[in-house]
Amino acid sequence: MEVMGEEVETLDKLPQIRLDTPARPESLPAEKEKIRIEDFSFWYGKTKALDGITSRVYQNRITAYIGPSGCGKSTFLRCLNRMNDLIPHTRWEGRIFLDEEEISRPSLDLTALRRQVGMVFQKSNPFPKTIFENVAFGLRIAGEGNLPKLSAAVEESLKQAALWEEVKDKLERSALALSGGQQQRLCIARALAVRPEVILLDEPCSQLDPISTAKIEELLLDLKSRYTIVLVTHNMQQAARVSDFSGFFLLGQLVEFDDTRKLFTTPSDKRTEDYITGRFG
Amino acid sequence: MKDKLFIGLSALAMLVILAMLALILGNIFWFGKDRLSWEFISASPRVGMTEGGIFPAIFGTVALVFLMTIAVMPAGVMTAIYLEEYARADSKMVHIVQQAVANLAGVPSIVFGLFGLGFFVNFVGRGVDGLFFGGELNYGQPAILWASATLALLTLPVVIVTTSEALRAVPREIKEGGLALGATRLQNLWRIIIPSALPGILTGGILAVSRGAGEVAPIMFTGAAYFLPYLPTSPNDQFMELGYHVYVMATQSPDVEATKPILYSTVLVLLALTFLLNLLAIYLRARLRKRFAEGR
Repeated sequence: MEVMGEEVETLDKLPQIRLDTPARPESLPAEKEKIRIEDFSFWYGKTKALDGITSRVYQNRITAYIGPSGCGKSTFLRCLNRMNDLIPHTRWEGRIFLDEEEISRPSLDLTALRRQVGMVFQKSNPFPKTIFENVAFGLRIAGEGNLPKLSAAVEESLKQAALWEEVKDKLERSALALSGGQQQRLCIARALAVRPEVILLDEPCSQLDPISTAKIEELLLDLKSRYTIVLVTHNMQQAARVSDFSGFFLLGQLVEFDDTRKLFTTPSDKRTEDYITGRFG
Repeated sequence: MKDKLFIGLSALAMLVILAMLALILGNIFWFGKDRLSWEFISASPRVGMTEGGIFPAIFGTVALVFLMTIAVMPAGVMTAIYLEEYARADSKMVHIVQQAVANLAGVPSIVFGLFGLGFFVNFVGRGVDGLFFGGELNYGQPAILWASATLALLTLPVVIVTTSEALRAVPREIKEGGLALGATRLQNLWRIIIPSALPGILTGGILAVSRGAGEVAPIMFTGAAYFLPYLPTSPNDQFMELGYHVYVMATQSPDVEATKPILYSTVLVLLALTFLLNLLAIYLRARLRKRFAEGR
């Protein structure tokens, strides 16, 4: 109780952390909320990893969350498709809504949620299957067995992921034979194939060279017309280049959330400024 | 200087092992090769085992190992899947099962033999006879079924441990990748985790077969026969087995000296058979690995 009291007190001193209204309403005309996170806290065992996060993700926009390693940004991302449910001894408080549906309730159908909210991981993780079967996997497990339909979906997804031209002649080859950058785009194509509404990307470029990174960033900008994208990265330049909205995580708290240009040019919190000017982290 | 000494010592140790292996194999091959013939591997023993062949023992060994594999693989693999994929890693239950498996691996094989006699033959077998045959002796006696069940129990820890390791070796990213696409845990298990772990699971099978094919103690009381004029055709038949045949010829034969050449040849066949079974399993595993590498 004492600890809790202290934390609440700290929060009260920092008005930027609690955004009970959408960030800067005056500058954000007609943005449509896709995900709403309300006072969300998360624990691994007794360790509090997220502390009262309140944030918004807007439809057809790229929202980036930045912060130093261990700040909770990945934990936060994994709460949006409930991947943390796999880890024992976790619990959470607060609520997360996708459109108007609460996705933080314990009884939620997780497989349905994960079809709506796709995920791309830090380390590209193609299955040890063919390129075709990798992309078709999500549809196959959803019960789609019609080969022409699968082929059409695979082609469309690979085109959306800007990989089609490179792999169209070797769809039956192993996905593991692709380069690192191609593997990561394959994972994006795989996520797109199930037609999600939101795509979560957890440091998707941290293991890629600059050229592959540029390709993926370009791809994200293309994809945002169809999907809502949430990006977690420790690469501030990347967040500044591709995102429309940015949030800065530090020690499990969302220190600041704002329009990306505003956050990177005139941050309102001293800690954000210190971080983006490279004074720590 | 110290480095060189250590390298020299370890190289010497390796040489000693290699020399011993070469000595044993060379000895067996040298004294065993003369009696090897088509008749030897295709005929039954004659004249108090000093003449004829060992076909019934070869047949019995293959049948025994086959039945054992059928029994041990599903049980062992499913146990490992439960422990690794379903049970919570920190639960008491998992801890107890893991300890039990480790202890099971340390039990001397003769104890398995006695357990097999007491549990499978006398308890289960007699029970079956009492329930279904009105007490008539059918299953309440040593038989190939009980011998392979006993061997399955003996090799169970090997299968559980190797399968657990194979499942643990599947990268977390791949397991999460399937779930993140909306797979249920069962779908993820069948379509991602087990295919990725299959070569490792087969390794467990290989080790179990190698171990099982060479054991004599567990089958002495549970089904192996000194001599049988017929091949086992039903699960409650007794059988001849190569390892047991070697033991019998070396210790129980009316004329131990006369059986010596046959003894050597029998050991040679036993080694070759174990080697072949291993080779077959390794070939299967290599093919699977290649298939996954190519992604089919």
